[in-house]
Amino acid sequence: MAFPLLTVTAAVPAVGAIATAAVPAGRRTAAKWLALGFSLATLVLAAVDVARFTPGGARYQLTESHAWIRDFGVRYELGVDGIAVVLVLLAAVLVPFVMLAGWHDADVLDGHTPNRNWRPTQGFFALILLVEAMVVISFESTDVFLFYIFFEAMLIPMYFLIGGFGDRAGPKSEDEQARQRSYAAVKFLLYNLVGGLIMLAAVIGLYVVTAHQLGGHGTFSLPQILQARASGQLHLSTAAERWIFLGFFFAFAVKAPLWPLHTWLPNAMGESTAPVAVLLTAVVDKVGTFAMLRYCLQLFPEASKWATPVILVLSVVGIIYGALLAVGQRDIKRLIAYASISHFGFIILGIFAMTSQGQSGATLYMVNHGISTAALLLVAGFLITRRGSRLIADFGGVQKVAPLLAGTFMVGGLATLSLPGLAPFVSEFLVLVGTFSRYPVAGVIATLGIVLAALYVLVLYQRTMTGPVKAGIEGMKDLKVRELVVAAPLIALLLFLGFYPKPVTDLINPAVKDTLSDVHRTDPAPQINASFNAAAKETAK
Amino acid sequence: MTGTIHSLWTTAADSATPLDKIPTPKIEYAQLSPVLIVFGAAVLGILVEALLPRRSRYIAQLGVSVTGLAAAFAAIVALAADGYASAKSHIAAMGAVAVDGPALFLQGTIVLVALVAAFTFAERRLDPLAHGRRVDSFAAQGSTVPGSEQEKRAVRAGFTTTEVFPLLLFAVGGMMIFPAANDLLTLFVSLEVFSLPLYLLCALARRHRLLSQEAAVKYFLLGAFSSAILLFGVALLYGYAGTISYGGIADVISGTAKMTPALANTTANDSLLLIGGAMVVVGLLFKVAAVPFHMWTPDVYQGAPTPVTGFMAAATKVAAFGALLRLLYVVLPGIRWDWRPVMWGVAIATMVIGAIIAVTQTDVKRLLAYSSIAHAGFILAGVIALSPDGVSSVLFYLAAYSFVTLGAFAVVTLVRDAGGEATHLSRWAGLGRRSPLVAAVFAVFLLAFAGIPLTSGFAGKFAVFKAAAQGGAVPLVIIGVISSAIAAFFYIRVIVLMFFSEPQPGGPSVAVPSALTSTAIAAGVAVTLALGVAPQYFLDLAGKASVFVR
Repeated sequence: MAFPLLTVTAAVPAVGAIATAAVPAGRRTAAKWLALGFSLATLVLAAVDVARFTPGGARYQLTESHAWIRDFGVRYELGVDGIAVVLVLLAAVLVPFVMLAGWHDADVLDGHTPNRNWRPTQGFFALILLVEAMVVISFESTDVFLFYIFFEAMLIPMYFLIGGFGDRAGPKSEDEQARQRSYAAVKFLLYNLVGGLIMLAAVIGLYVVTAHQLGGHGTFSLPQILQARASGQLHLSTAAERWIFLGFFFAFAVKAPLWPLHTWLPNAMGESTAPVAVLLTAVVDKVGTFAMLRYCLQLFPEASKWATPVILVLSVVGIIYGALLAVGQRDIKRLIAYASISHFGFIILGIFAMTSQGQSGATLYMVNHGISTAALLLVAGFLITRRGSRLIADFGGVQKVAPLLAGTFMVGGLATLSLPGLAPFVSEFLVLVGTFSRYPVAGVIATLGIVLAALYVLVLYQRTMTGPVKAGIEGMKDLKVRELVVAAPLIALLLFLGFYPKPVTDLINPAVKDTLSDVHRTDPAPQINASFNAAAKETAK
Repeated sequence: MTGTIHSLWTTAADSATPLDKIPTPKIEYAQLSPVLIVFGAAVLGILVEALLPRRSRYIAQLGVSVTGLAAAFAAIVALAADGYASAKSHIAAMGAVAVDGPALFLQGTIVLVALVAAFTFAERRLDPLAHGRRVDSFAAQGSTVPGSEQEKRAVRAGFTTTEVFPLLLFAVGGMMIFPAANDLLTLFVSLEVFSLPLYLLCALARRHRLLSQEAAVKYFLLGAFSSAILLFGVALLYGYAGTISYGGIADVISGTAKMTPALANTTANDSLLLIGGAMVVVGLLFKVAAVPFHMWTPDVYQGAPTPVTGFMAAATKVAAFGALLRLLYVVLPGIRWDWRPVMWGVAIATMVIGAIIAVTQTDVKRLLAYSSIAHAGFILAGVIALSPDGVSSVLFYLAAYSFVTLGAFAVVTLVRDAGGEATHLSRWAGLGRRSPLVAAVFAVFLLAFAGIPLTSGFAGKFAVFKAAAQGGAVPLVIIGVISSAIAAFFYIRVIVLMFFSEPQPGGPSVAVPSALTSTAIAAGVAVTLALGVAPQYFLDLAGKASVFVR
């Protein structure tokens, strides 16, 4: 038996979570270093996964397969394609930064009560590792049921991270904050739980259909289902396929989030600390878009095509709506949340444009959005912690007192507005090109999102960083070493992938090609408009 | 046609003795040993109560109960290992008691639940010392009037009601026969055998005695009413089929019985069958607390001593669903086109109403009561599937659910203030700060109730919904999923309260339990996680045990 590399990649953070939680009270620094150590070990393992992965080789690599719950047709099946392996690496890269940025976030809670079991710091880091473990295994899983289990289960640690370790920056009173925090946590959980439960009905539906057609025993194994369908053994009726697709898509659209199911995200991101918000939007939410690409398109190609027009409209609305609301925000973190909603619109647009540029762009977008949001939001978190307020109006002239902070904030912001030379430009461009070649109107409208992005980012920068130094800003300290260790590598990554995205696209492209062939879609041939041709002939004469 | 369908979940027993000769009673003691051991231990408990001095009764009673229940479980395992759960399925005691897979599985579950419940019954470290003596959750003397001088004297003397142990054992014995009953009279008698001790146990709370007695009276009156309805149904079914044996009635319904002129006369009209069947089913639905027969549940759950509530919520549900399964699958499959639509309605109403009303509850015991109603609805979805998968999924769900319930009520006994248990939800605010471990354990139980993956609640829910969907009840599954979402809301609300609310000054304290309650809670957590992460072994067990004998 081969070495179970993928299992180990997911198990290391899980073990780390248990180990961190077990560190006795009063040893919180030890707990932090232990957790960071485990997250770095996970990063090494994720890098090994990528190194062992052969682009263009078998569709699912590093596979593992064991029987688990035979009665439900559930197998413990892992395997990665190019998209999954890149996203595993993304999660593994971001988590250490999240931990470093949130190094002192739980300190205020420590020593709150005399109970010796009350260990908030240990809890905070253990929960982050637990989320990482569950995200990694849901990327790696090739069994729908196994995926579903962790897709749902990761809500619980995430819920405690949002509700238990909220942002304590002003301007609201302590009680009001506690109330809003638990409201945000409950809203997050209920939205996602309802999405998940509707998906559960669809998962059961999938079992019933496969059991009915494959001789008694249903299966959730993605490779098996794809193979059975290719060989004609399995044929979903149009109605069944559409209903089950809708169940799956609803859950992923809540998670991603797609307009109009997005309303939990601004609350959750606004009330949680910046590192938790990064974990949520840059790591956990990627499972939603990833699952659209893997499960919706591959399992239900016909239904996906059937639903495409509506989904495209929703994502274009999301792009514009998110950007417009971001322009109007007064709270820094909520602004970034709405910007993310706009960006998720781009990702979903790219996925459902069903062109190779669109989907490569969307996958690359997931990576770049993760890195750029992390850079912007973590630096914003440093800013908010210093001032003790999240309101844009409380800032001004920061660049004069803390130039390094302002500079890193600037780069993060420019990445968010997709400046050429930084990584998100490549992916946004690919998504727009891919969309335009099939749905020109959607492509044109989506482009407006870029203009609006420039507006909200630059206005944010102008109001907080430039101008006269406001009261409460004087004497603001510049970035410390720990904070530089967070910001610098992220910026370096943004620049590197901006100029040289090839290592990532090489991994992604074969997987995208496979997905498109599942949907029976090929790229539209480039063509010049007929009337334009005629006009050209006229002038030639 | 019907014959082939029924053979999916029934096997033929060896031919029954003809009734025209009066046969020598033949009792298969070995096959009935689990029940006999439990009843024997109960009788021994009575003798202990009569003969031993007061101070040594507690230890003796606990010893007798635990030994008796453990021995009964060993006997069940031995019978199952001997093949009585599958190949050697058999109808024992002159056609009165079935020894088959579902019966043994449910009896095993009931005995284990009772064993864990006995630990919570025996807990004596939670209440403060009464005049220098350790006391449990039960009244000093059941017969005293609350607040009277007599009661005060009994408390001063340090009396404890050790009779609860034999009462528990009698109830367990009745519950074990209930799902195994193979004729309608045995069904009725076992119903009474397990109900009467429960009525008494409900009335015996040490604190809030009036509330407890009120609960007992309500339970008794409504229980007696439903027993009467059941008995009337039994009479009508006998009038229809001329027999009370399950197999006999099923034969008459499917038309395979030998026709006599009298039988032809009664079976010409289906109304006896339909009304009688409906009344028997109503009696059982009362016991499983399905809507609209659920009214007693919140009051009784709230008023009864919490260890009793835990036991009752878990074991009664197991026994009653077992009896309902046998009735619907063995006796009445021939008229499934008549009862299925009705049961659909009952299941939908139970799921939706249980979940919606639970949202407004402010008392933790009432909340768990409504949650138990919603869960009864989910289980009914599996019952309606009418397939071997349906049976096994219900068996699995019952096992999973009963241990979560026991554990949750055991945790409720720990959170206390000066007036006894602090069950009002507002008192639970900030429990996570004060006592992270207890709050975390309760959160695990709540997540299992909510059906979050990796807990037993999820595996159970998936199993019953899968069976229901395969049985063609897709709308039922969708409504079930939506009610689960509603239900999730109130479980989450309690978690929010425990972890994200500031602790109140002067809030309740968490009592440190003895090893007894700790064992009970640990067993609950262990089963919840084991059945959530690795359910296959237990699903196999339930799958093997899913064929009824006829």
